[in-house]
Amino acid sequence: MLEQSFYTKADEIMNKYPAQERSLIPIIHEVQETYNYVPLELLPYIAKHIGITETKAYSVASFYERFSFEPKGKYIIRVCDGTACHVRQSLPVLERLRSELGLSDKKHTTDDMLFTVETVSCLGACSLAPALMVNDHVHPAMTPDKATSLIKDLREEAAKS
Amino acid sequence: MGKMIIDGMPVEFTDEQNILSVIRKAGIDLPTLCYHSELSIYGACRLCNVEDDRGRMFASCSERPRDGMKIKTSTPRLVRYRRMLIELMLASHHRDCTTCVKSGDCELQKLAHRLGVSSVRWGYKERTHEKDRSSPSIVRDPDKCILCGDCVRVCEGIQGVNAIDFAHRGTDAMVIPAFNKEIAKTDCVNCGQCRVVCPTGAITINTNIRPVWEALADPNVKVFAQVAPAVRVAVGQAFGGAKGENVMGKIVAALHRLGFDDVYDTTFGADMTILEESKEFLEIFEKGGPFPLFTSCCPAWVSFCEKRWPEFRNNISTSYSPLQMLASVAREYYADPKNSEGKKILSVGIMPCTAKKAEILREDLKRDGKQNVDYILTTEELITMIKRAGIRFDLIEGEAADMPFGIGSGGAVIFGNSGGVMEAALRTLCEGPERSAIEELRNSGVRGPGPLREFTFNYKGHEIKAAVVSGLAEADALLRRVKNGESFYHFVEVMACRRGCIMGGGQPAHAGYRTKEARKHGLYESDVNTQIKKSNENPTALALYDTLIRGREHELLHSHR
Amino acid sequence: MSEKITSIDELNTLREKYHEAVKKEDVRILVCAGTGCQASGSLKVWEKMSELAKDTNITVEFATHVKHPHVHKSGCLGFCEQGPLVRIEPLGVLYTKVHPEDCEEIFDVTVKRGEIVNRLLYKNKITGEECYNQDEIPFYKGQTRVVLKTCGTIDPESIDEAISAGEYQALAKALFTMTPDEVIKTVLDSKLRGRGGGGFIAGKKWQQVAGQPEKIRYVVCNGDEGDPGAFMDCSIMEGDPHRMIEGMIIAAYAVGAQEGYIYVRAEYPLAVKRLTLAIQQATERGLLGDNILGSGFSFKLNINRGAGAFVCGEGSALTASIEGKRGMPRVKPPRTVEQGLFAKPTVLNNVETYANVPQIILDGAEWYRSIGTENSPGTKTFALTGAVRNTGLVEVPFGITPRKIIFDIGGGIRDDRKFKAVQIGGPSGGCLTEAQLDEPLDFDSVKKLGVIVGSGGLVVMDENTCMVEVARFFMEFTHRESCGKCVPCREGTLRMLEILERIVAGNGRMEDIDELRSLADLIINTALCGLGKSAPLPVVSTLNSFMDEYIEHIQNKKCPAHVCQKLKQYTIDPEKCRSCSKCARGCPVQAIDGKPKVPYVIDQAKCIKCGACMSACPFKAINVA
Ligand SMILES: Cc1cc2nc3c(=O)[nH]c(=O)nc-3n(C[C@H](O)[C@H](O)[C@H](O)COP(=O)(O)O)c2cc1C
Ligand code: SF4
Ligand code: SF4
Ligand code: SF4
Ligand code: SF4
Ligand code: SF4
Ligand code: SF4
Ligand code: SF4
Ligand code: SF4
Ligand code: FES
Ligand code: FES
Ligand code: FES
Repeated sequence: MLEQSFYTKADEIMNKYPAQERSLIPIIHEVQETYNYVPLELLPYIAKHIGITETKAYSVASFYERFSFEPKGKYIIRVCDGTACHVRQSLPVLERLRSELGLSDKKHTTDDMLFTVETVSCLGACSLAPALMVNDHVHPAMTPDKATSLIKDLREEAAKS
Repeated sequence: MGKMIIDGMPVEFTDEQNILSVIRKAGIDLPTLCYHSELSIYGACRLCNVEDDRGRMFASCSERPRDGMKIKTSTPRLVRYRRMLIELMLASHHRDCTTCVKSGDCELQKLAHRLGVSSVRWGYKERTHEKDRSSPSIVRDPDKCILCGDCVRVCEGIQGVNAIDFAHRGTDAMVIPAFNKEIAKTDCVNCGQCRVVCPTGAITINTNIRPVWEALADPNVKVFAQVAPAVRVAVGQAFGGAKGENVMGKIVAALHRLGFDDVYDTTFGADMTILEESKEFLEIFEKGGPFPLFTSCCPAWVSFCEKRWPEFRNNISTSYSPLQMLASVAREYYADPKNSEGKKILSVGIMPCTAKKAEILREDLKRDGKQNVDYILTTEELITMIKRAGIRFDLIEGEAADMPFGIGSGGAVIFGNSGGVMEAALRTLCEGPERSAIEELRNSGVRGPGPLREFTFNYKGHEIKAAVVSGLAEADALLRRVKNGESFYHFVEVMACRRGCIMGGGQPAHAGYRTKEARKHGLYESDVNTQIKKSNENPTALALYDTLIRGREHELLHSHR
Repeated sequence: MSEKITSIDELNTLREKYHEAVKKEDVRILVCAGTGCQASGSLKVWEKMSELAKDTNITVEFATHVKHPHVHKSGCLGFCEQGPLVRIEPLGVLYTKVHPEDCEEIFDVTVKRGEIVNRLLYKNKITGEECYNQDEIPFYKGQTRVVLKTCGTIDPESIDEAISAGEYQALAKALFTMTPDEVIKTVLDSKLRGRGGGGFIAGKKWQQVAGQPEKIRYVVCNGDEGDPGAFMDCSIMEGDPHRMIEGMIIAAYAVGAQEGYIYVRAEYPLAVKRLTLAIQQATERGLLGDNILGSGFSFKLNINRGAGAFVCGEGSALTASIEGKRGMPRVKPPRTVEQGLFAKPTVLNNVETYANVPQIILDGAEWYRSIGTENSPGTKTFALTGAVRNTGLVEVPFGITPRKIIFDIGGGIRDDRKFKAVQIGGPSGGCLTEAQLDEPLDFDSVKKLGVIVGSGGLVVMDENTCMVEVARFFMEFTHRESCGKCVPCREGTLRMLEILERIVAGNGRMEDIDELRSLADLIINTALCGLGKSAPLPVVSTLNSFMDEYIEHIQNKKCPAHVCQKLKQYTIDPEKCRSCSKCARGCPVQAIDGKPKVPYVIDQAKCIKCGACMSACPFKAINVA
């Protein structure tokens, strides 16, 4: 069982949308933006509110790559592995990030919940390939070394706040 | 309306919705793994691909027939593709056919054989998921799922339950309950319709053959069985008999050979159900509500109502289902050592229904903490047992069911058809022994095609508004209308399975339109051939009210929900 | 704050008013604020510029006229690689790679004195010449900007600027001087073809929707742009959202739709933000909502965000996603025009398709057909990326040759390497080789070459690209993005990917080629939707053009481009090795052996090609081939 505050927050989000099936994806988006993931327990709650089964809600939520039922780190780093970035060596950047943070293609989030590293196919900044995105911010023309210093900067930033 | 050329043959079409139906009408058995005429079109298996005269290829299940079309159904290219498609499915399939419960009856296996898939080039899939045995009714084996989506569409579209659905995507896609929890923890109502449509061993019946067989061999246990109406019209075909033929006599004989000490007829219980339920209805009718009264004999429906429409749960009749009626009375009967010979009694129901496996576990149906029925064997399981024992069903002579619970009325036999319960109940309200009133009732609209039938019945100058509905999605819609005040009924029969128990989750699958019709006619035919038409004319049932159950109707014949 | 415009006259008055206001801006400083330039830090430049512009009562002797320099954010200019870009009007000078530190100088020199900061000009990468304005830059020279006409010259966050630039004039023209049928006819006559990939005649779709008996209808814009390496639609949505919205409203008027949806991929937060703002402003202005411009026509617009599924770019998957379902394509019929969104007749077009509409309405079908080729009129935007000198967003007339795009606009291959191929059409496309570079680029011509125009990704590859690895890359993408519904795509792409992975790892067999071909043939012909049907195309295309590379990988276990990690050979140059043992200590599998004073040696049988030794060697003694 989640704390009551989660349900209160969910109510707040749900009230912005009509109680219909079509509101499911926008609601999950907002929940995910609030918590960096979708707490499993909220799904049946949302489903009930908009009048669909929890099976349907789970079916839909699990279809979309962007929705995660696992908590993500404070900094979600999405490394672009789209064509433009791939041919300009995005993989070494990804590898560096992973080795720097002790992550792999199975383990995406650091234990201190600071970083999540994922891949994404195109951020719309292809001319500045290879690109990556930290939360909503795009970083262009990456190199493995830049990745290392990016992690350092983010760590410092986190330590300050 | 129009004409197509299929493999060079001209074929007329009328209202067929897709080319596949026209092809099948032309006598060509095009392979399919995701098409069911009663489900929405999905188009996932791609086996039904055909080619037109310009070499364009498309799935025939999802293309409308057009006049003048020229179609080829098995060019070398098509045959090659079909073989590869099966090969690809098998490559990601935990294929242990020899020991798979579905072997011999599996569509995938049959097609692999039929299309000559003699090797699989791409790997072998080990077991990666545990089987889900949490449900008393069905077993899920995700490693055998080919993602055809039939179960999803039946569970959601026809049953309105949506206990299982697709999750994830691509090669990770699976058909599972929400959060991959056990099916028993979902809203599943155990109707088993998913297993009926499942072409593989991914959803199968949770079988109880083994404990029953052991009891049969135990000299200290007296095992009795009762056979539901719908069973008798579904067994014959499995042994080369005619579709829909009533083979009750042979079933009784086979059960005796298997070692059942007493074999009864559930129609007896059905008559008791009618006696109690019509009494209950008249009381409510005279009292003026609450309406509607819903029938109670379908456990999947009861479960659905409790889970999704709790506000209507008290509108369900408290009368036991026929299975429970007979079992409850038999329990009293065997309480007498004369009848039990001092042995332990094991009560078995032979049912068309997987939901009955769950019904017998219900707390409100237990008496003194004990189940009335110990095991349910579905029609499929009965067939398996007969085969396993090597009984030549085609050769054995029929026998009569045992007394005192071996007789039922014609009204009770038709219970297996959607509308049967309602018809039987209203029959008892037909005045006198005259057959014309029964005749009139039969033509009132209680019978007929379609999942929902609404009609009225005149009872002593009062109009009874009645409805018969099958398929829970249809029932769901009806409940919504009743709740919103858009519809009003006095009495409603609900069967979870479309067409009623003849198409129950425990019946032999692969029943096409003709088989379905034959089963239905088989039951109506049996009614015609029965002398006793009405439940309130069943002499043995009526006699009980003066003996065994005297003054204990409430205790013995009603659930304590 | 802003009053509703309730008639065409009011629109024109307003347009004039803003036009005048803009004209009065003595100096307009446009800082590009597209995704690319923002990533390079353009917002800081904008802030700095705004700050400098604040104390404006500058009366400098040379430029007394400059009283109010106005700083605006603009949409993407397409040359993101050179960003942050700053453009100064009315001089028209374009500065590249501008940093906050440069702002003061720009302000003093250019804004106040009207002179040029030479070091910030773009320099022709081949000739080294400085380019003063956009038109002098080779990157822009070969382009024809119709769709991107105002993208980069106005502030996408201000509807007033859009109106002053003439946007919504086409809407007014359609609403007040044309019947819906006339609008459809104009679009039909223009032969505008869908830019989302299929190239379907847009007018035909509109006509079909308009002819449906059902009266509730929808207009949907496909802004999912899932092709990796493509960002055309992104730039339009971010840089000039009103043009596309105007196109949608015109479409809605033409087909009698009451409501519209824009489906944008969630990876484009800026596009979502700008579109939301644009819709809000247009609604406030009475250009959306009830009784648009007092015409009696009403139309509402919603935004839906994707959630990371490429397949949602497919029409029926997209509508399913808007409905709150899994984004799985469904069988057709019924088609989207008959039963699309919420099972109602639906016009579904791509962002760029809609963005073409206003100019067609304004200038007519004939004008439109004068651009491009006979059956592919107009222009196409392309995302030019990869191994070219100038990467970015380009808009060119159909019929241009790939060579022109790559060598004239793109400036040729970086570092003077050799051109190998250009990948067109994204994961559903294929590769064009040197021999095909002079074929015209239009919907029908490229089809004959076995590729498609697609949505507009052009990824240039040089000799350092391994084509087998490229094929594997696309296969991995489509396999990952397959919705999993139909067997050929779900299972077939998995097996094709396995085979390709095997080949790039040096474990390929010659039979693999046949298996790839037969799987490709199966999937192309039997998959349910476009994703599956086109998934094998990159493989087929590379098999056709680069078979030698496949064979090299399979038979000689060599990657000619030295890309495939598993086929690399690490060797120690005995001349350079100083026996420091650093490499040996770092090797995870103890594949390196050596003694003091003797050059170290790598045991090729043990080496797992991880590359650790190479980065460990302080003397660069380790080579890879
Ligand atoms: C897998 C797949 C992905 C697609 N992705 C896009 C896309 O990102 N953007 C787009 O406009 N069209 C995409 N399409 C094409 C659309 O299905 C559709 O044809 C198009 O949006 C129609 O608009 P148009 O006629 O204006 O091109 C995709 C198609 C497929 C099969
Ligand atoms: S499901 Fe069918 S094909 Fe699969 S193992 Fe069982 S019998 Fe064989
Ligand atoms: S079918 Fe073949 S594999 Fe199966 S049991 Fe018979 S011989 Fe063995
Ligand atoms: S048994 Fe019935 S309710 Fe349960 S999953 Fe199957 S179809 Fe759905
Ligand atoms: S469980 Fe059976 S019916 Fe359901 S998708 Fe899998 S194979 Fe098809
Ligand atoms: S309709 Fe009959 S077979 Fe089906 S669930 Fe109900 S009782 Fe069982
Ligand atoms: S082709 Fe692929 S993406 Fe399209 S429906 Fe089939 S599985 Fe899904
Ligand atoms: S590449 Fe890796 S495995 Fe090979 S020798 Fe160098 S460190 Fe060792
Ligand atoms: S690290 Fe370089 S110099 Fe040192 S032993 Fe290895 S190859 Fe030689
Ligand atoms: S391919 Fe990486 S940003 Fe587009
Ligand atoms: S039956 Fe047509 S695709 Fe499966
Ligand atoms: S974002 Fe500035 S030029 Fe593209």
